[in-house]
Amino acid sequence: MTTASLVDRSTAVAARATELSKIYGQGETRVVALDQVSVEFRQAEFTAIMGPSGSGKSTLMHCVAGLDTFTSGSVRIGETELASLKDRQLTRLRRDKIGFIFQAFNLLPTLTALENITLPMDIAGRKPDQRWLETVIDMVGLSGRLGHRPAQLSGGQQQRVAVARALASRPEIVFGDEPTGNLDSRSGAEVLGFLRNSVRELGQTVVMVTHDPVAAAYADRVVFLADGRIVDELYGPTADKVLDRMKRFDAKGRTS
Amino acid sequence: MFRTALRNVLAHRARLLMTVLAVLLGVAFVSGTLVFTDTVSAAYEKSSAKGFDDVDVSLTPAWKDGEEQTELTPALLGRVAKTDGVASAVGGVGGFTALADRDGDPVGDGWQVRGANYWGTDDPRYPLTEGHAPEGGGEVALDAATAERTGYRVGDTVRLSVDGPVLTPTVSGIFTTDDGTVAAGGSLTLFDTATAQRLFGTTGRYDEIIVTADPGVGQSALTAALRKALPEDTVEMTTGAELAADQAEATASSMDSLKQTLLVAAGLSLFVGTFLIANTFTMLVAQRTKELALMRAVGASRRQVTRSVLIEAFVVGVIASVTGLLAGIGIGAGLRALMDSFGANFPDGPLVVGGGTVGAALAVGVLVTMLAAWLPGRRAAKIPPVAAMNSVHAAPTTRSLVLRNTIGSLVTAAGVAVVLAATTMDDATGAQAPMGLGAGLVVIGVFVLTPLLSRPLIAAAAPVLRVFGVSGKLARQNAVRNPRRTAATASALMIGLTLITGMTVAAIGVQQAIGRMASDSVRADYVVSMAGGGVLSPDVEKKLAGADGVTAISPMRNAYSTVDGRDEYLTGVTGSAFGKLTDLPVTDGAFTIGGTRVVVDEDTAGRHGWRAGSTFTAVHEDDARQKLTVAGVYEPNEMFRGIMLDLAALAPHQDEPGDMQVLVKTADGASGAAKDGLEKALGDSPAVAVQDKQDISEGIAGMVTMMLNILYGLLAMAVIVAVLGVVNTLAMSVFERSQEIGMLRAIGLDRAGVKRMVRLESLVISLFGAVLGIGLGVFFGWAAGELVGSRLTTYELVLPWGRIAVFLALAAVVGVLAALWPARRAARLDMLSAIKAE
Repeated sequence: MTTASLVDRSTAVAARATELSKIYGQGETRVVALDQVSVEFRQAEFTAIMGPSGSGKSTLMHCVAGLDTFTSGSVRIGETELASLKDRQLTRLRRDKIGFIFQAFNLLPTLTALENITLPMDIAGRKPDQRWLETVIDMVGLSGRLGHRPAQLSGGQQQRVAVARALASRPEIVFGDEPTGNLDSRSGAEVLGFLRNSVRELGQTVVMVTHDPVAAAYADRVVFLADGRIVDELYGPTADKVLDRMKRFDAKGRTS
Repeated sequence: MFRTALRNVLAHRARLLMTVLAVLLGVAFVSGTLVFTDTVSAAYEKSSAKGFDDVDVSLTPAWKDGEEQTELTPALLGRVAKTDGVASAVGGVGGFTALADRDGDPVGDGWQVRGANYWGTDDPRYPLTEGHAPEGGGEVALDAATAERTGYRVGDTVRLSVDGPVLTPTVSGIFTTDDGTVAAGGSLTLFDTATAQRLFGTTGRYDEIIVTADPGVGQSALTAALRKALPEDTVEMTTGAELAADQAEATASSMDSLKQTLLVAAGLSLFVGTFLIANTFTMLVAQRTKELALMRAVGASRRQVTRSVLIEAFVVGVIASVTGLLAGIGIGAGLRALMDSFGANFPDGPLVVGGGTVGAALAVGVLVTMLAAWLPGRRAAKIPPVAAMNSVHAAPTTRSLVLRNTIGSLVTAAGVAVVLAATTMDDATGAQAPMGLGAGLVVIGVFVLTPLLSRPLIAAAAPVLRVFGVSGKLARQNAVRNPRRTAATASALMIGLTLITGMTVAAIGVQQAIGRMASDSVRADYVVSMAGGGVLSPDVEKKLAGADGVTAISPMRNAYSTVDGRDEYLTGVTGSAFGKLTDLPVTDGAFTIGGTRVVVDEDTAGRHGWRAGSTFTAVHEDDARQKLTVAGVYEPNEMFRGIMLDLAALAPHQDEPGDMQVLVKTADGASGAAKDGLEKALGDSPAVAVQDKQDISEGIAGMVTMMLNILYGLLAMAVIVAVLGVVNTLAMSVFERSQEIGMLRAIGLDRAGVKRMVRLESLVISLFGAVLGIGLGVFFGWAAGELVGSRLTTYELVLPWGRIAVFLALAAVVGVLAALWPARRAARLDMLSAIKAE
């Protein structure tokens, strides 16, 4: 069933990187963070990017999400080519078309939970879609805590606010950078559950960087990175399968 | 430990720069003041010592029981000259002498303009460089500096006046002098001795006899010889050395008040600087929590941690003080050049950088820095060693403000109570001390309360900030996030603005009160007075009375008298005209002056228990007794007070009458033509000022404006330091919130939005400080006005809205300027490194 639905949706691509390279430094200090990476993130698909430390998985996400610049290649969000955009246009793109969930520092401590959720719309000066907002808030189960400030919420609740914020503006794609990295396993499972539900029920596109096989198992597809290159791909992952692949790369990395 | 501290200083160069600048500015101000005043004092001392080179002993009549014991006559001079050991004896007379320049305007620019006698044909005190000694009433000699300033040469005719009437002598010679006031910009005009005696005093008398000794005779030996030769206790003898010392002391004390004012201003900016320093060190400590905890974990004691912070402060203090001292020496030299360019010609002398100046500058700079760093240092010591293991940032101290608010409320309430009590006190002079104390308490109290006040006051700005969308909302919330820091930052600005506003409110109130007094109580079109504040010859009134269009005229002639054993001022006026020239509110009886009928002001009447119809006996200066009747009682003011009687009744008892002022009313009111007519009647005398009401008000306004401008200049320093404080606080905030800013950028706030957010926060903090400062300033201005009002009847509280608006606008500018750099930094923040966890 999972495979069938994937095939159905694969026609529409939410974000696409083509021969994407990111190189730091020059000469002796030259480091290739991304080496001609080509990858597509299809609509209504939950993708996990995995790889060992320094594999370039975060860099890939940052470049595709318009947070970082790249050396060569192309990145498209929907129909928009990022390479040609100036800072102001990139900022607007992030604001209107992309949702973010970071590992930490997702929320402004001075704002209430609700204000944090509507922050991207406030920045844009738009009124949030009230029905959609309620749907999202219901889904993450925050109805009773909207007036609280981040300091009054637990870590899991804070991250749920972050998920709600990422979804509230109906972005074309949501990026997560180790969204469960700072959470205990139960809160982490909750947050991942919400992300998966948003894909299943709301048709959201989600891309998440993680190093945790359990977290990756929530995704529809896992992309493996090593040394700045995509080395493998896995559909319908389970924690064991993911761990298995990871071990293989590790072993390869050590022997080579 | 020292090495660690030093490394820290170097590692946080940028952040410490603000601190260094704040201390540097304060120290530069202090040392600049000291260098300037020392230099000028030394120069004056040297020049005054030179001025008394030719004087060995100066003789003046001795005073006893309010009477001169002798008169310095030519006979006495002869006896002095014949005394053993006397090389020469010269008689001196002198007084106010106004000289007109080629355009007819008085020379001197408010500096002392004097006249004196030239002794014989070859006065050793005044070496002639050109021409010859003045002879007879038609010749004068001018000092070289004045001659150069005015362009007068030997043979020119000049116009001058001693007590009103104009003289037009010819310049017979130009001489040089070491007289300090001449060097400063004044003038000295010399007449021959007989003329000077006629103009300044009584014919055949001297004010002073100046004696020089034979070679080999010391000043004290000469004094002893003179003492023996002259009648005992009739002559006061002062040696040249004593005169020079007195002069030096007088110079020093006149410099002292300037020095004190400047030092107070410098102290203020240093005080404001302490907030900035304390903020910086608090920040550095918070930032280094892990590092300090690690030091504790590896065995450093609390004291060592505190000491490391203090050593850091010491290093910063020394760097700032040394650079401040150097800057101060520059300021001292520059200040002198600046004053010179304004026409204050100080005597020449080398730049004096005393050991005291160096010591004071270093001590002040280092102590202030260390003192301000002491609290943060203690806080650093309290960091537990375990904090080194935690990966999270230590939360900022969230100590409760309850105790602080309680103390603040109590101190403020006490201060307000004391100020209010002081305003109700009758004795204005006695109320100054409690007023000052109360004001001090209020400032301290409000300072303590600032964190509490920050929330409601900044919340009040919300509707305005809403216009700026998310940036405005976040700016407002960020401004109250760390109330202590916001408070310290705003307080620095508050203190400067409190003083500026308070002084402005009080000064403008006084200015308008005096202006109103002149316009309310004076019906005369012109008030004629001596430019130098001296007395006018009665001739002036006579000449004015003959001028075209004068319909009423009266002099105001001062006379001393004794009434019931009390000294009382009498003012002689032309009784028939005085009622037309003034408009004084009468509280009892009628305003009639004539014969033996007089009017008395309320205060005098109250002292003696007089009412309309009371009679009293005045004892005049010639010891004659005169019975007078109180016709009316009036409300006094600054210009009119005391007992006023008709000139006809006073004249017979006065030996040398002199008028303080002459009031004149003309047929067509005040006009340029009428004024010209009056001035012409006086022969365009340079010594006499003919002023209409507007001239008087403008004169006062000009003085007040000048005083306020000087004050603004001095306080500007404290404001500059406060601006550095705002810059510092914002830089800290941006640093602390870099992750938030990174997140905001990631989710779609553009660079302009981030900049706007920081700028608005700066604006909010600056305006918060300004509103507090202006509020306090208005309160103090009102309170000071209440004190002044008890003496100055026409005083009313005037709120200078225009200026208050300017102050607020300036505070806003300060806010925007202070945010320039921090906002740029915030906008350029590396988004990715900011959002990466730890």
